[in-house]
Amino acid sequence: MKIGVITFPGTLDDVDAARAARAVEAEAVPLWHADDDLRGVDAVVVPGGFSYGDYLRAGAIARFAPIMQSVVDAARRGMPVLGICNGFQILCEAGLLPGVMLRNVGLHFVCKDQWLRVENTETAWTTRFEPGAEILIPIKNIDGRYTASAETVRELEAEGRVVFRYVEGNPNGSINDIAGICSPDGRVVGLMPHPEHAIDALTGPSDDGLGVFYSVLDATRSLVTA
Amino acid sequence: MARVVVDVIPKPEILDPQGQAIVKALPRLGFTGVRDVRQGKHFELEVDDEVDDATLEKIAEGFLSNPVIEDYVVRRVES
Repeated sequence: MKIGVITFPGTLDDVDAARAARAVEAEAVPLWHADDDLRGVDAVVVPGGFSYGDYLRAGAIARFAPIMQSVVDAARRGMPVLGICNGFQILCEAGLLPGVMLRNVGLHFVCKDQWLRVENTETAWTTRFEPGAEILIPIKNIDGRYTASAETVRELEAEGRVVFRYVEGNPNGSINDIAGICSPDGRVVGLMPHPEHAIDALTGPSDDGLGVFYSVLDATRSLVTA
Repeated sequence: MARVVVDVIPKPEILDPQGQAIVKALPRLGFTGVRDVRQGKHFELEVDDEVDDATLEKIAEGFLSNPVIEDYVVRRVES
């Protein structure tokens, strides 16, 4: 099982994402923004940071990186893709997930441990959680306020595609307390908080983030290949 | 060569906390009577003559703005 982790100019969390992959005994494969080669990986993590300095809009320039075209093509074929923080923003800009992240209400950079409820345990990245499980993982961003058209939000809610929801307070004004969503097939998930920073109680608030990475092991094992 | 200006502004229904922060700061600076501020982006492009309006629309809609949250206006100006 190989999990690819992309590095763009300005990516910060690729090292922790790779560490999280290794923590579930997957092989972490570094992927470079300027290559279009996915190097035979079974799943991809688009990690957090400030790709291209967040110039223009968060994720707006990263989506045109050669590696992203390969990620979009692979995702359309069902490869599990996880976007964390800036990675979530990039997946939205790339059209793999609907909506966009805006400047936080209050304009502050928010950096704290955040409770989330896992609302959908059938996605490629959440099967190891109990339905309705509450998990504690770090959040750290200034552009984290999820927004989409009213119609899109209705659709996400009706189809159960809100995967993670903020509980015990909404840190950024995100619509319907949305912290993370998924594609219609549940293979592509994006969230603002950081499961890769919560894989070891020594260095994070919990090891709740491990569930995300264990889940994708199951998701790729069950892939039927012709 | 032609000069093109693209203005990008948050849609009316989108909360703009940066604009609100500016509105709240103005009275503290002694400026009264400003009821609302929307903060957007202003782009100035120098383009070759063969770049047509349809291309400029694509640049504005597909890259300089995000249609989920922003409106844009493209105009050619005297250079």
